[in-house]
Order: sequence, then C-alpha cells, then structure tokens
Amino acid sequence: MSSQPIEIKVCLGTSGSAAGGEEVLRMFQHRISEQGIEAQIGRRCTPKKVGCRGFCSRDVLVDIIRDGNKTTYQSVTPIMVERIVQDHIVGGTAIAEWTVTDEYASFHEKQHKIVLGPCGEIDPESIDEYIAMQGYLAARKAMTRMTPDDVIDEVVRSGLRGRGGSGFLTGEKWKVCRREEQHPKYIICNVGEVNRPLAEGNPHAIIEGLLIGGYAICASKGYLYIRERYHRSVERLRIAIEQAREKGFIGPNVFGTGFDFEIEFSFGTEAFICGEETALMESIEGKRAMPRVRPPFPAVQGLWGKPTVINNAETFSNIPIIIGRGGEWFSSIGTKESKGTKVFTLSGKVRNNGLVEIPMGMSFRDIVYGIGGGIEGDKALKAIQVGGPSGGIIPTSMLDLGLDYENLAKVGSIVGSGGMVVFDEDDCIVSVTKFYMEFLQRESCGKCTPCRVGTRRMLELLTKITEGTGGDEDLRTLERLSGVMAATSLCGLGRSAPNPFLTSFSHFKDEYLAHIRDRKCPAGVCTALIIFSVNEEQCKGCGLCKRVCPAKAIAGEVKKIHLIDPDRCIKCGACFRACKFKAIKKQ
Amino acid sequence: MEKLKNIISLTIDGQRITVQSGTTILAAARKLDISIPVLCHHPKLTATGACRVCIVEVNGIPVTSCTTAAEEGMEVITASPYIENLRRDIIDLILSDHPYDCMVCERAGSCELQELAYKYQIRTPVFRGERRIYPKRDGNPFIERDMEKCILCGRCVKVCDEVQGVGAIDYAYKGFQTKICPPFERDLSCEFCGQCITVCPTGALVSKPSLGKGRQQDIRKVATICPYCGCGCNLTLHAHKNEVIRTSSPKDSINEGWLCVKGKFGLSFINSPDRLKTPLVRKNGVLVEASWEEAFTYTADRLKQIRDTRGPDAIGGLSSARCTNEENYLFQKFLRAAVGTNNVDHCARY
Amino acid sequence: MEKVLTKILDQHRKEKGSLIALLQRIQETFGHISEENVAWFSRMLDIPESRFFGVITFYPKFRTSPVGKNTITVCCGAACHIKGADKLLDTAREALGLSDDEDTTADLSFTLQKATCIGACNIAPVVILNKQVHAGMDPVKVTKLIKGYEREEFLGYL
Repeated sequence: MSSQPIEIKVCLGTSGSAAGGEEVLRMFQHRISEQGIEAQIGRRCTPKKVGCRGFCSRDVLVDIIRDGNKTTYQSVTPIMVERIVQDHIVGGTAIAEWTVTDEYASFHEKQHKIVLGPCGEIDPESIDEYIAMQGYLAARKAMTRMTPDDVIDEVVRSGLRGRGGSGFLTGEKWKVCRREEQHPKYIICNVGEVNRPLAEGNPHAIIEGLLIGGYAICASKGYLYIRERYHRSVERLRIAIEQAREKGFIGPNVFGTGFDFEIEFSFGTEAFICGEETALMESIEGKRAMPRVRPPFPAVQGLWGKPTVINNAETFSNIPIIIGRGGEWFSSIGTKESKGTKVFTLSGKVRNNGLVEIPMGMSFRDIVYGIGGGIEGDKALKAIQVGGPSGGIIPTSMLDLGLDYENLAKVGSIVGSGGMVVFDEDDCIVSVTKFYMEFLQRESCGKCTPCRVGTRRMLELLTKITEGTGGDEDLRTLERLSGVMAATSLCGLGRSAPNPFLTSFSHFKDEYLAHIRDRKCPAGVCTALIIFSVNEEQCKGCGLCKRVCPAKAIAGEVKKIHLIDPDRCIKCGACFRACKFKAIKKQ
Repeated sequence: MEKLKNIISLTIDGQRITVQSGTTILAAARKLDISIPVLCHHPKLTATGACRVCIVEVNGIPVTSCTTAAEEGMEVITASPYIENLRRDIIDLILSDHPYDCMVCERAGSCELQELAYKYQIRTPVFRGERRIYPKRDGNPFIERDMEKCILCGRCVKVCDEVQGVGAIDYAYKGFQTKICPPFERDLSCEFCGQCITVCPTGALVSKPSLGKGRQQDIRKVATICPYCGCGCNLTLHAHKNEVIRTSSPKDSINEGWLCVKGKFGLSFINSPDRLKTPLVRKNGVLVEASWEEAFTYTADRLKQIRDTRGPDAIGGLSSARCTNEENYLFQKFLRAAVGTNNVDHCARY
Repeated sequence: MEKVLTKILDQHRKEKGSLIALLQRIQETFGHISEENVAWFSRMLDIPESRFFGVITFYPKFRTSPVGKNTITVCCGAACHIKGADKLLDTAREALGLSDDEDTTADLSFTLQKATCIGACNIAPVVILNKQVHAGMDPVKVTKLIKGYEREEFLGYL
C-alpha cells in the first residue's frame, strides 16, 4: 500500500461557500477524524479549503487526490461525504456518477490559466503552499538581482496592460511615476468585483505583485482598496499580509535590501465610480468619490497629491509571473497589442457560468460555446455584453471576433474589468440597454453636466421606448446625447456610458424600431408591449392560470376554455409560466 | 530669472501668445480678449471642471479650458462648429433640468445661464425630461435658496470653504439627485456673509430682503464705501427708486469683491424711519434735533468748560477704525494740541 | 454614550483614518449615523458637518436611520438582473411587509437593501442574508429564507 497522503480539496470561494462548502469541508474533517480513517488506511488524509476554480455552476466542487490521481466531484452536499469517504478514500474506487462530466474538462481545456492557475489548487490561507509553488521568488529576484528600472523594463517588455479600465501599458505608467522626484509615493491595488476570486483563491500573488510594484516605483506604502462588504476577500488578504509580514516579505528591510514596504487596507463602500482612478483616490482620502480633472495624472499627482500608481488586483497578480518567467515569455501569449490573459466572469444565459481566464485574442465563439458550453436550454444566442455596464453589446455576427483591447475598442466596447454577460433570444436588447443605463445613471457621481443630466435623459428616452411611447426622434436625441456625453464628460464613466446604447443600436436597430413603429417587443420582455391571451385550442380548462393570477384577470369554468381580461391583466406572466399545456400566448 | 525659463507660447484661434507655464488655456485666451463661456469657473476659486461649458478644441479633442494648462506649441480653437455644437448641447442639458421661470426670477438680467441660453438661442431644450423638484424652502432670514435653479457649479461650496473658511454647505447625495445643502438639510445657519449669493451664476441663491423689489434694468448703482468698519470695503448700492434693496462689490476693489454680513445685508437702516438725520442735543433731559452748527458749538463749549474746571486729563478721546488715517491723525492732534491730553485711543489699536 | 464616542475618536486619531473610515466605525457601532453623533465628531475634529453629510449621502452604504437586526441584500447587478433580481426584491418586500419607500421593518428586525454587482455573477441571482451569500435564488427560496429566519429567531427566544 502506498503511503502517499490523500488530499481533499473543497472549493470555498464565494460560490462554493454559498453552495454549502463549509459544511462539506466540516463533514469531511469530521468523518476522517471520527472514524479513524487515517489509521485504517495507514496514511495521512488532509481535507483543506481552496479558492474558486471557476466552474461555479456545479459547486460544491471537491477534488480527491489519491495516488497522484485527481478525481473531481461536482454538486457535493454534506450527505454525499459519507459515501465518498467510504468508497473512494477508504475503498479506492471513485463514484463515477457523482464526478464531473465532460463539460468540466471542456470548460478548463480552452482556458489559459496564468493568474487563476493556483486558485482552487492551493490553500489560500497558507503562505507555505504559496512559497512551495515558488511564491515570493519573483519578489526576491526583483529586489536582490534587479534595479527598479530593470523591473519596469521587464514589465514594459511583457506588454502587460492594465486589467481594469482603459488598458494603459502598466510598465509605462510605472515609468512615469518612477521618474517623479517627489516622495513619498504610493501604490494602490484596487480589488474590484471581478478580482474577488483572485483575492480569495490566491491572495499572496496580489501581495507579491504589489510589493514588486512598490519596489519598482520606490513607494514605501501600498494600499489595498477593497469594498468592506467582500468579507472573505478581506479576510484572506489580511491573513496573507500577516503571514508575509512574519516572513519578512513586507515590513522594514525586505529581503535585507534596505527597502521598507508596508501594506494598508483602505475600505471602500459600494460605488461603481470608485473604479475610476481619481475617484478611488478621493475615496481613500475620505471624500465623496468625485473624479478629479486630469491632467495632472495620478502618476504625477495622485493620492494626497503625491505620485501614485493604481492598478487592479488582476494586473498585480500578473507581475510575479512576469518577473519570474520573464516579460518575453509573457508576451508570447495573446495578440500583437494585447498580451497575456484576461479573467472574465462568464454569466447570463450560458450553460457553464463561471470564472474563466482566456488568452487575449480568443474568439467569442470559443468562449461562449467552447468554455461556456453553449446557451442554457439550447436557446439561440443573441448578444454578449462585455466590459461591464459601460461596455458594448456584441451581436452574434461578431462571434468570431478575437477578444482583445483593439478589437473591442473598434466595436465600441471596452475590456473593462472583465464582465461578460450572455443574452439569449428571450432577452430584449432595448430593455437590457435600459438596465445598463439605469445602473450608470444611478452610479453617476453627479459632478459634471453631461454625465449627471445626460445619463438621466438617456434613461428616460429608453424607458419611453420600452413603454411603447417612443418616437423616431427619440432615437436621434439618444444619438445626439451619446455624442455630447462621450466627448465632454469629465471621466471614463460618463464617456463610456453611451456604449451600451450605441453598440446595441448599431446592431439591433430593427429591435428598437419594432418597439417604436410597431409597438412590439420581439423578445416579449417589455410588459407594456405584450399581451397575454389564451390559445383556445390548447386550453384544457384546468384552472391553474386562474388560481395563480394575482390580478383576478382570468375567468373560466373548470374544463372550459378560460379567458384573460386584458384590462385587468397586469402582465406579470404568472399564468404563462404556470400553464402546463402552453396554452397562454405572449405577443 | 527662474521664471523666464517657464515662458511658453501657444496659438489660440490663430493668434500667438506667450504665457507663464501653468497658465490655463482660459486665462491665456482672456489675455487675448477671446471670450470663452464659463459657468463653474470663478477666477478667485480653485478649478472645478464640472460644467464643461468652457471646452475648447486641442488637436481635435474637446478639453476644458479652465483646467487644462497651456503647453508649448499648443494650437487651440475656441469656437469651431464642433465645439459650439457641443457647448450648445451642454447648456441645453443644464436647461432641461432648470425651471423655466426667467420671467419671475430675481436674477433675470444678470444670470449667467440666461446669457448663455440667449447666446446659443435655446428657446426650448432639445433634451427634455424630469426636473429636480424641491418643495421645501430654506427658512433662514437672508439667503433664498432655490435649489431647483442650481446648476451644481460648486462655486458657493468653494467660496464658503476656500474664502470664508466656514463650510456651511456641501454637495450631498449623488448623480441626478446631487444637491448642495446644509448638513441634514437643515435651514442654513451660518455667518450669512452672502458670498455664495455673490458667486452664484443663476437665481439659485439670491438675497431674501430684496426679493420682488425691483428688476435689474430699474436698478441704479451707486458706488460707495461700506460704513461699518475700517476695512473700508468698496460697496455698490443697488437702489430701486429711492430705496437701497441690495448691495454688491466690484471685483477689482481692495476687498476683491467680497463682503461680509454687514456690508451684504446690513444696509436696510438707510431707509429706516428711526434713522438719525440731524444731530441731537439733550435739553432738559430730552434729546432735541439740532443743526450741526448748534451741535458743534455746544460740544466745543462743554469741552472748554471741562478742561478749565477739571483739567485736560479729565477728557479722553476714542476714535474709530472706520475713519480715514487723516481723520484719525487730526483727532489725536486735536486732543493733544487743542485739548492738551494724551488720553486718546482707537478701537483698532492692537 | 460620550464614552463610546470618545473611544471611536481616539482610535480614529491614532489611525489617522479618513472621514469614510470614521463613518464606517460609527455605523458599525451604532448601526447608523445619527445627526447628534455627526455634530459631536464635527465639533471634536473641527470638520464641518456639511462634509460629513456630503460623504454620508454619497455612499449608499451609510444610513442616518436605524438599521434592522438582520440585513437582506438583493444583488441587482447585470447577471442577477436578467435572472430576475427585480422579482426577488418584490418578493422580499412582500414577505417583510415593506412599502416601496421603506427599507426597514417597523420592529427593526429586517433591513432590505439593493446592491450593485457584488461580483458573484456566476451564481446569479444572489441574495445576501447578513454575511451569508445565497446562490441561485428564486422567489420561493427568498420567501423560505426570510420566513425560516424569522422562525429560527423566534425559536431562539423560547
């Protein structure tokens, strides 16, 4: 019998925890210690928590590594633990019907996991596991064998661009800040929504990247800007900082080089505008997050008026890899102008929702159908919204477009922080656009005129259209508004706010016109434009629709055809969903 | 000599100009007498860059001239059709969230927004929609705050903070609902210097005591000096018929156009029926109106009498900081030489 | 009361924290930020009250009225939206008996909040009850969650 220990890895990302990962982990620990499993099989058996590995729609995911073979179970519940322990851990036979399907393989196959690699593999709360996979080696290399300029050159060579907002070359940004003679300087890591899995799955990479960045620009203080609400991310980062401090990786005289570096949390609160660099700095300074005018740029005059570099957590996670494996290696991944990989949260109507990391330049088709496994319920794909709320809406005709900074800019979108929402035939593009505009106008800080009033006016016009009271002139007004906002808004939020409208209007003009000229919502979403009626041939008179109708708008006797009173109908769709015979028509 | 190095030259609408580095495009354009419309900009306050009306074209890109520093070799176009259209639309957007009541607005005729609407001939906005409605009015006695007319330029917040050092108001809420208000929307409770009224470009902040007392074109402006203290602020009285309804101060004065609560709101005594118009002399325990001649003679006689009976040191003189240096000089000279005492003092001696 | 405030103030001065950090601490301690507390800190720190009010009203997280014992947050980000976040919100409102302009139940047991994207798009739609994220919610599950919680709370008192 082999004495190789058995590892049990339970996913405890946000999704894994939500699906009950904690209980699953506890159950494993309980079973193993209680039944004396280790003694029984004569080897060590360690259940541990790992971060998110992306395939969240099948959580809780559990890996059992036995004799070097990894078996992954999906949708594990505490009740299943007993049998897994008995059959697999003790007995050595995997339970085939509970393991992941081919989807799991195809989900991972097409990805290129550089920053997400260790997520889901290592225990995020253990610095030793991070060090075991050569963690902090890059920082040591940078600080002991490279000058700050060498580090910056290496980052420039890698072609890494900021993984948030505008995609500015990271190395160039650092160079500008490095050149500034004013001290102290600050380096800020913005841990945004999409960075949460990184912070939860491999927090040390972020810390190491921040440390290297601090060394490169000669900043002695780094800030982790994170929403207080992201409890788990905050906790893991806090543990990581403490561990790194204990090892002497942060604090005074790092690696004996005389370089001092401290990391401090700055807790933000929910505000989309804080993704904007200068607004974020205002927020750290404790003010209303209203963006500053530029120039001066943050690299020259940033936090507290001092030279400051801001990057997001994904950008920083790439840094140790670039220093460790070289900028050249990194630049071999991706396209001509966009190097490396990009993490996206793939969500919406796609089968495999989850966190994915793709090499720059991968086509939307590969992402949606390859990694995403196609559309839920085999419906038709309609569009993809990429780049967050102010990104663009990409139609199916552009499925073969390679995803990188240049291509997205060309089609009126942005890479943004990495949101990707898939829409199917049941989604109404006008309504979706209205949703994004509603979000943007709510999140507008209100400082400059075009964004403050413009987003509201756009929302009003889009609302009019979805309510069937829009006219052709409203479309012209929307276009005109888009022009003013894009050209004259103070910050990126206002400038990019028209993106959802502009892109959706250029690709789905017919759908807008249907709402305006025919007073119809082709997808059947805009309630003001749909009518529910009973298809008399299908109706069996079961009375279910009558029972579920909250407005008492349906009349009919048992086993006779029912009728909907259109004046009473509030268009909630309850009857449509309830009917087992598809006898309710939605037009 | 150091400064000479920092001279840069640029062209604005084809005209060359050299300026100190750090000068904004707006300031450079003003040197050339090229006017660029502004709303949030105020020469005495730090730049905000919020209204976006002052955009100009640099390399085909619109930038706000009030915040962008001029650069060597820069070519600026201030009024291309592209820029003028954008500007028009920005003003249109502001007007779409502004009450259409210029006909009863106190500021009509001196309103910067109204001027721009006139300049760009915006009768009805292209952009239309919901407007902020604030039914509750501020109950303070001096400043009428009609926040529906506020265009959120932020000048009032800045003058309160940067000039007055008070911070009585600030931006509150966000997005379309952004509103400038006192903490917790209480009634304004501050020094009531009225500086915010002075800088407000619209009718959002106006003087309460003068509400409804006269239109701009019926106002006669009289230049004078504030009668209250030794600062001697330049004051412009706004008189309607024969009543002073409000005051302002010219920007190029020693007080830079700023006033305090007294100069701003303290002039209503001019038309008060209780105001003294002649000297009063107490006769048999009652104050009786007298001529200046009579009053002077009475005072001189009494001073002489006291000096002769009690000696000069029984007399003392207190002068006022409100008087000119010459007057104060004469006063002390009078006490020392004519009366013969050193008992003379002045309220601003420290 | 004064003692608690002084403690917060001392800690704030020691950490040289920002106004936001201070407000977060006040809210953590009292559940909300009252006008009186703002007046006190404004006096002690010589920061105008208007500055406090400006920051409080900018960030939706800060509140000036008391908060319920439990907080239910419905994520209304894009992914959650297309998976029916609006319906979840309505359901929660109904289950808690809240009108459109209320966010806290009269007995202060629950506060209902909306969140912009919380970054859990892959498990949308999500509802957060206190600190626990609940994935893949639907109206029935939301009602169960709230009712179940109420009952547990009730049992807890027995």
